Amino acid sequence: MTTLTAPSPTPQVDHAAVARRAAAKNRRRVKSVLFHTVAVVATVVVLYPAAWMLFASMKPNSDIIGNVQLLPDVWTMEHYVSALSGIGGVSFWTFFGNSLLLASLSVVGTVLSSTVAAYAFARISFPGRNVMFAIMIGTLLLPFHVTIIPQYILFNNLGMVNTYIPLLAPKFLAAEAFFIFLMVQFIRGIPRSLDEAARIDGCGHGRTFWRIILPLMRPAIVTSSIFTFIWSWNDFLGPLLYLKDPSLYTMPIALRQYVDQTSVSDYGAQMAMAVLALLPVMIFFVVFQRFLINGVATQGLKG
Amino acid sequence: MASIDPGVVATPGQPVPAQHLQRNDAETPLLNRPKRKYSRSDTRAGYAFLSPWIIGFVGLTAFPMLASLYLAFTDYNLFTAPQWVGLDNFVDLFNDPRFIQSAQVTAGYVLLGTPIKLASALAVAMLLNMKHRGQGAYRSIFYAPSLIGASVSIAIVWKVMFTDDGIVDRIQRVFGIDLGGWVGNPAMSLPMLILLGVWGFGAPMVIFLAGLKQIPAELYEAAECDGAGPVRKFFAITVPMLSPVVFFNLLLETIAAFQVFSSAYIISGGTGGPAGSTMFYTLYLYLRGFQDFRMGYASAMAWVLVIVVALITALMFRTSKGWVHYTGDER
Repeated sequence: MTTLTAPSPTPQVDHAAVARRAAAKNRRRVKSVLFHTVAVVATVVVLYPAAWMLFASMKPNSDIIGNVQLLPDVWTMEHYVSALSGIGGVSFWTFFGNSLLLASLSVVGTVLSSTVAAYAFARISFPGRNVMFAIMIGTLLLPFHVTIIPQYILFNNLGMVNTYIPLLAPKFLAAEAFFIFLMVQFIRGIPRSLDEAARIDGCGHGRTFWRIILPLMRPAIVTSSIFTFIWSWNDFLGPLLYLKDPSLYTMPIALRQYVDQTSVSDYGAQMAMAVLALLPVMIFFVVFQRFLINGVATQGLKG
Repeated sequence: MASIDPGVVATPGQPVPAQHLQRNDAETPLLNRPKRKYSRSDTRAGYAFLSPWIIGFVGLTAFPMLASLYLAFTDYNLFTAPQWVGLDNFVDLFNDPRFIQSAQVTAGYVLLGTPIKLASALAVAMLLNMKHRGQGAYRSIFYAPSLIGASVSIAIVWKVMFTDDGIVDRIQRVFGIDLGGWVGNPAMSLPMLILLGVWGFGAPMVIFLAGLKQIPAELYEAAECDGAGPVRKFFAITVPMLSPVVFFNLLLETIAAFQVFSSAYIISGGTGGPAGSTMFYTLYLYLRGFQDFRMGYASAMAWVLVIVVALITALMFRTSKGWVHYTGDER
């Protein structure tokens, strides 16, 4: 870059222009340095808690509270050994597996139920559609508290407390309106001529959806799947309400149990367990950040 | 890989009526279709495709909402039949000091936390909107905390970092600040949770950034030609052009702020302490409903919250006409 803009030693050098260009370049450089300084400071502030958690999980307990230094003086993996040893006779991997199972089934349920609902809203005309679309958007603004008590009573009467059904039913019944909305918007961007061509070829709605629309919806499905996985993995209130038997616990509930049971000063083990509980979310973030950020940018999905 | 269609900004508009149906009717009279607005097969297909959502809406939202409205006027403990008590629950609510405190704590969180979070999000979005290298990487880094901010892990990290004589206390003291601790200090426990909320500024930041990128550069160039400085440009161009996005973020973040639960639960160990300073509305509702099994009382709380949130939403939409500027209207 710099070699290209360097003044060439030709006889007709416009000294004023050269000086102006140099000043502009300097200003740009100063601005760039300022930008990166502010951005790096912000990065340090934002990343500090996560970095602190990671390093604290590898420090001896005595250094976690008492020592301001971020990096451990003595590196230790003992906290991970005790975190992986499980809680109250239940293996760590049971909790991890439970969370993985629930999150995966949630993804399946959300994708199945939201794609068909979105297709109906975006592509089929039938009486009551606009009213139901408005209701669906309205549920985005509804505080969830108004339904948790009757839902609990309902599932309790059906004998489903202490199973995964209350946690999965909303996913298979498209309760998360954000994903329907995201998919509706996406389908509206697919040219209608494709549907019409399919119709002329004799496809009904079922085949048009399955053969034409669904394959084209992949980016929206990926975005919804990642968010569903992460939200389900992090969910605390649902499992807190419905899961009583420790062998059914998910990671967040197990983590809370762990904090309650370990001695107050065993911070290292708590940090190790916290790191392990976040690991899948962080892997998903690193692999799929493009999809996540695009999803947020276009639809205002919450983190 | 393909991104989500950028032309489709979040506008919950009306679905387009299917004109092709009517066109077909006109063009192909041979099919002898009945002249009705919706074809029977479309109606059948529509309801079939929508049936999971309809079942979910009726079974998991509409019916539970009506049920909780009924329960709000009863005494119910899950084990014996509900007893109709009229308005008693609502009268009790407003005489219950713990309820009043939970409403105050939540109001403080919403009124302080939301503006700080949105202001940070906007400031960082404007920083990242300057064309510099590494912008995408910074955006990813700043976004990450919003994915994990509400998790149990981070609540535990917060609790340990902000514990008395912990890392935050010690760093403060380097600068000669002594606030008397955070976790155990009733005056500082709410600010600590607000900081945790602000830490998740990444999601609204990404939305602001997408909005900023849609402001045409010509507007700024024209303003510069007219001699406008950065402050003038911010208030005369950025603020009005971004106002729909500000409105969207403000609405969603406000509603979300009312619903904070897990961080308060974890940090206070499920007690809302110290001295009730982290007794969030949702936490009190949970304790009343699922620890004391006063489900009628908790339902009354839920309905008070729904009404408050509905009023705030309505107020925001009403006032938005005065400050939210949609360019589309003028064209």
